[in-house]
Amino acid sequence: MSANPLYTPPPVRGEGPLHAPLNMNSKWIRLNRARRHAVNHGVTFLAILSTVLVIAPLVAILVYLLYMGASSLNLAFFTKIPAPVGMPGGGMANAIVGSGIILAVASAMGIPVGIAAGVYLAEFGRGKLLAGTVRFTADVLNGVPSIVMGIAAWVVLVDRRGFSALAGSVALAIMMVPMIARTTEEMLATVPHAIREAALGLGVPKWRTVLSVSLKTASPGIITGCMLAFARVAGETAPLLFTALGNQFWSFKLNQPIAALPLQIYVYAISPYDEWHRLAWAGSLVLIVMIMVAVTLVRIYAARGVMKGAS
Amino acid sequence: MALPQMTTEEDPKPVMQPIAVTAIAREPGAVVQMPGDGGISAIRRHLTERGSGAVADRIFMGLMLACALSIFAIVLFILTVLVIRSKLSLAQFGFGFFVSSAWDPVSGDFGALPFIFGTLMTSFLALAMAVPLALGVAIFLSELCPERLRAPISFVTELLAAIPSVVYGLWAFFVLVPIMRDQLGPWLYKYFGWTKLFDGYNFGVGLLTASIILAIMILPIISSITRDIMLAVPTSQREAVLALGATRWEMVRTGVLRNARIGIVGAVILGLGRALGETMAVTMVIGNHAEIAKSLFAPGNTLASVIATEFSEATGDLYLSSLVEIGLALFIVTVVVNAIARGLVWAVTRGTPSRAH
Repeated sequence: MSANPLYTPPPVRGEGPLHAPLNMNSKWIRLNRARRHAVNHGVTFLAILSTVLVIAPLVAILVYLLYMGASSLNLAFFTKIPAPVGMPGGGMANAIVGSGIILAVASAMGIPVGIAAGVYLAEFGRGKLLAGTVRFTADVLNGVPSIVMGIAAWVVLVDRRGFSALAGSVALAIMMVPMIARTTEEMLATVPHAIREAALGLGVPKWRTVLSVSLKTASPGIITGCMLAFARVAGETAPLLFTALGNQFWSFKLNQPIAALPLQIYVYAISPYDEWHRLAWAGSLVLIVMIMVAVTLVRIYAARGVMKGAS
Repeated sequence: MALPQMTTEEDPKPVMQPIAVTAIAREPGAVVQMPGDGGISAIRRHLTERGSGAVADRIFMGLMLACALSIFAIVLFILTVLVIRSKLSLAQFGFGFFVSSAWDPVSGDFGALPFIFGTLMTSFLALAMAVPLALGVAIFLSELCPERLRAPISFVTELLAAIPSVVYGLWAFFVLVPIMRDQLGPWLYKYFGWTKLFDGYNFGVGLLTASIILAIMILPIISSITRDIMLAVPTSQREAVLALGATRWEMVRTGVLRNARIGIVGAVILGLGRALGETMAVTMVIGNHAEIAKSLFAPGNTLASVIATEFSEATGDLYLSSLVEIGLALFIVTVVVNAIARGLVWAVTRGTPSRAH
């Protein structure tokens, strides 16, 4: 009986005919109604409470990170390389540049392939089993821990040749492909069919239609999707631990170990020096701001749809 | 001359036909002969000779297809290289690798059991903490929340899902660990010490701290996917239940949760997948010690964090090979877990527009 909250036991009806109006004020019904409303209010309260319990600490974490980062950030962070242990000052200039190099190479490999895969899924593969499988695989691959990509890159590129920036880039590129493929597909799916048909109707070949109509229309969304993927992999530490390895000095070579921002944050965070902790907070702030910008832009484009975003 | 095939086999819509018709309409002097009549009109021939783009279309589609297939290639590539590189340890220990609790690089005896234990323990504790809260948040966001609050709250959750693991680790290392050591830990020992779960010295780092930071990290993802799934339940279901006189909670329970339960299970499993593979934040607060401890305060280690801490310093082929095998196990487990979760989520949200998370 208690299994179904909508079931109300039949009230005592006296001698009247079966279709006599229910006595809505009978004790049974009133009690049951009171119980149901109490449960309703209780659950509503619990839902609000859990939201507060979740949102408040999360916002607190965010504010704390922003505060600690902002109070630790200074110009030297962007212009100096790490100071030797025990010396004050120093910055993460080499790590920022190193991250930039790793990410540029990773993007050069990952973004074109990711966008092309997304184009296939959205423009050629609609409703096909193959496209469905690719989509599914991309989603599954998105959930694979990044450290596994790091091991794969290590086996192929580091095991015999030594630590290199290139290996880090490959690991990150592998992560970017499925992410970008999925956002590109979703953004292309918001392009109205009418404008594709208009192009095809004018005798434009399909490939031109895809490039100059679909992709161009969806480009703000796709660009921000790429930015989001970029920001996500920019914060990845695990795959770089044993590929790019890190470096205390300037390095611009792809076949040498190179410094990277998240790696440096990790190393400095677990170090025993206060000065290094400060740099770790500052580095986190830089990463978070980058991610905030990307997430905000993606949200704006996803909310207003690509048509309004297109010029 | 044979007409080039205008449509690819995969694309049943004859996209080229309207072109011929427009061309005919534009040039009234031409012999009008509709395609399919058997003959080839002059215009059609002209269009064919000029190049219809069919070849370019095929090349283009081939390129796009190749890139799409590269996603399969990546999975196969990872699997192959991991298997090849862990051959040594696979041959040496066989299946016993996963049930042995030895982890002794000096004598070359390796077993993954402590790490499997640590991974499962932290992940399930994290789920136990995160799932009820995430459900509450999802119910609030999808059913109770005023329209004005919905966007900011889901924005914050999205943002938090995107913050890098190492940043959470940094926060946990400097904020959560002291809280755990000085306030929460002693409190737990005082009131729940009788469960024997909180015995031993409390360093602040350990299984419980790792579980808490994991819970914080998987909360946004579980709650946002659950919310999307609950929003995918048709409004008519809600209205039908409300029309029977149900209260709001009864409506949520019978109309929404019951319809969305498969998807919610999927969302929880997705969170599990995230927790199993989470590396940096866990590595920074779990204590990195290969043992199977009874106490939740004890330091432990997970599959991902042992790779993170030991890989770049590992010497000896067998040691490296064992670590790669741990990576292989992690890969297979997360692929399976994610495949199940995605399947469940898809089964529910199919037909509703998807959104990037």
